[in-house]
Amino acid sequence: MSKPAILTPDPWQRLQGLTRARVALGRAGVSLPTREVLRFGTAHAQARDAVHQALDVASLQADLQDAGFASLAVSSQATDRSMYLRRPDRGRCLAAESLALLGDRGPSLWAPRPRLAVVLADGLSSLAVARHGLPLLQALQPYFPDLPGLPVIIASEARVALGDEIGQALGAGQVVVMIGERPGLSSPDSLGLYLTARPRPGLTDAQRNCISNVRPEGLNYPEAARKLAFLIAGALKLGRTGVDLKDDSDTALPDTARPAVGLGA
Amino acid sequence: MTYACTLGFRRHVFGDLKTLLAKASPARSGDMLAGVAAASEEERMAARIVLADLPLARFLQEAVVPYEHDEVTRLILDGHDTAAFAPVAGLTVGEFRDWLLSDAAESASLQALAPGLTPEMVAAVSKLMRNQDLILVAAKCQVVTRFRNTLGLPGRLAVRLQPNHPTDDPRGIAASMLDGLLYGVGDAVIGINPATDSLPAITTLLRLIDDFREQYEVPTQSCVLTHVTNTLRAIDKGAPVDLVFQSIGGTEAVNRSFGVSAALLDEANAAALALGRGSVGNNVMYFETGQGSALSANAHHGADQQTLEARAYGLARRYQPLLVNTVVGFIGPEYLYDGKQIIRAGLEDHFCGKLLGLPMGCDICYTNHAEADQDDMDTLLTLLGVAGINFIIGVPGADDIMLNYQSTSFHDALYVRRVLDRRRAPEFEDWLERMGIADFRGNLLPQGEQQALLALAATL
Repeated sequence: MSKPAILTPDPWQRLQGLTRARVALGRAGVSLPTREVLRFGTAHAQARDAVHQALDVASLQADLQDAGFASLAVSSQATDRSMYLRRPDRGRCLAAESLALLGDRGPSLWAPRPRLAVVLADGLSSLAVARHGLPLLQALQPYFPDLPGLPVIIASEARVALGDEIGQALGAGQVVVMIGERPGLSSPDSLGLYLTARPRPGLTDAQRNCISNVRPEGLNYPEAARKLAFLIAGALKLGRTGVDLKDDSDTALPDTARPAVGLGA
Repeated sequence: MTYACTLGFRRHVFGDLKTLLAKASPARSGDMLAGVAAASEEERMAARIVLADLPLARFLQEAVVPYEHDEVTRLILDGHDTAAFAPVAGLTVGEFRDWLLSDAAESASLQALAPGLTPEMVAAVSKLMRNQDLILVAAKCQVVTRFRNTLGLPGRLAVRLQPNHPTDDPRGIAASMLDGLLYGVGDAVIGINPATDSLPAITTLLRLIDDFREQYEVPTQSCVLTHVTNTLRAIDKGAPVDLVFQSIGGTEAVNRSFGVSAALLDEANAAALALGRGSVGNNVMYFETGQGSALSANAHHGADQQTLEARAYGLARRYQPLLVNTVVGFIGPEYLYDGKQIIRAGLEDHFCGKLLGLPMGCDICYTNHAEADQDDMDTLLTLLGVAGINFIIGVPGADDIMLNYQSTSFHDALYVRRVLDRRRAPEFEDWLERMGIADFRGNLLPQGEQQALLALAATL
């Protein structure tokens, strides 16, 4: 025996093929059908987990090691997630022992005054950096063959500006912070890239360049690497990052976007 | 002047009015981050006790942000209407709360009072109010605005249709727009947050909505929420601009960080008025605000975020806007930590705006790093519905795939209409009936082949 129809369907499901927005959901009376409440709840649960899950630093470090990247792990002055969320100022400053670690161990791992330092930061989605950090570095390597010799820092409870202090401690010419972005319901693992020339504390976002929504379903690794390489080369030439450095990578000729310049000391 | 009281053995002293207001404010993370919040619950109550005895007139003598340094303060104080203030001029802040709750305060007297109130007075009295007080008084206020339809009438609730798309794809935007219209949403405005600020892209979106609106004779207005300078350029190029959008804050410095000033807003307001595109009225401005914006721009002058939010309304009312939207939970947990703080802030903003004579709406929303969920949004939606909010936001399935946050859905709007018997703007209601989308009571009708918008959907 078939059940009587309870839901009012929306006979415009074909619109679902035009957007990822939650259109044509149908309704139970005026309300969301059970399946949609569960689908939404699951997406929210995944986004929440992405915010609160701690980055597995040891495993990321091991993967980097296997791929030929030496790394150091540091933390901000935000001692836990709750403080991180309430006190963005703490997330922008290195813990004292982390600052000391960069000074003690850095010189044995990397040449002094590197042109570029990479910071893999948890930000608001540890999932993003855990999934996309290493693949993005590998996609970047064809542009910069000496990338494995450059500092890679894994930063926990980190905001973007933490890279300024890290970059300064290493004497880096530029720092790129690859950081988990504020997760959306349909994008819990989106990575943001922030490039800053002559990093030092006190800079504002107007002095950085940003590439956002890096993930396979958004801006994929090869595209993100191409844009980042373009900006790094542009910043080298211009001597600064920020509003004066324009991302014209989409209109640039393909081979000018492959500056195979060495970035090492 | 110092402000002080003694509670038991402890004397509480507050150095100035700004400090007194901040310490009297209900607890929230942004005021703690700014270092202006009360250090203890007792100190918070002490501040409220002192505030309750403060004459309202004091706010005309002591500015929260210095008059010489801040154009918002100058607009507030220079624009103060002494005659309108007269009925409450002799009251303290505590007595003013009692007066607002009393039967002496009704729709007409509150409307007449609005130009006599400063944002700081309104913020101050809100700090002595419980949530139910904020709801009861706001529900007595009536603010009606018009462009191509009439918003804010008693028993009505409008919805902004927000069909955002991460790459501004016109077909993706049209899909969400049709979905919303078929759910009876869009009377407040069809408003897109663009992913890019490029002028050609913005013009494309403006034409997309305007062509549709003309073809189907939809009695509503459109807006692309880009910076006011872009809208001015679009007007210059002859694009179909109905409303001028801009985010604003409560200090000159935060507005500078947004790239705006009163002079620039004056210019944009005049340009939109000159187009004369409204059919039933000419309220042409759409403002968005939100507690915490001044602190995030390091432009808060040591004042609390709720008082500064009310000051943004002091700037907004200069332009008789069609819509003012407090985007309450978008800014993140460092300003409003959890559902409790977001709900309180939403009620405060709605109350303060309405008392100052503004057509308040609210983007009832949260981000995934805040301690909040759909249950909190349901609570705030219901409370603001009871409080008589002019409009809310409608996003497909509550999930904004461009801005990555959760707002209210088309279904949420239907829910609040159903439980509180709130109807759409009258002109829009008639259109939905003509189109066969809703019946004469406003209930959605099942759709089939004969629906013109479905025929359109088939061509996308």
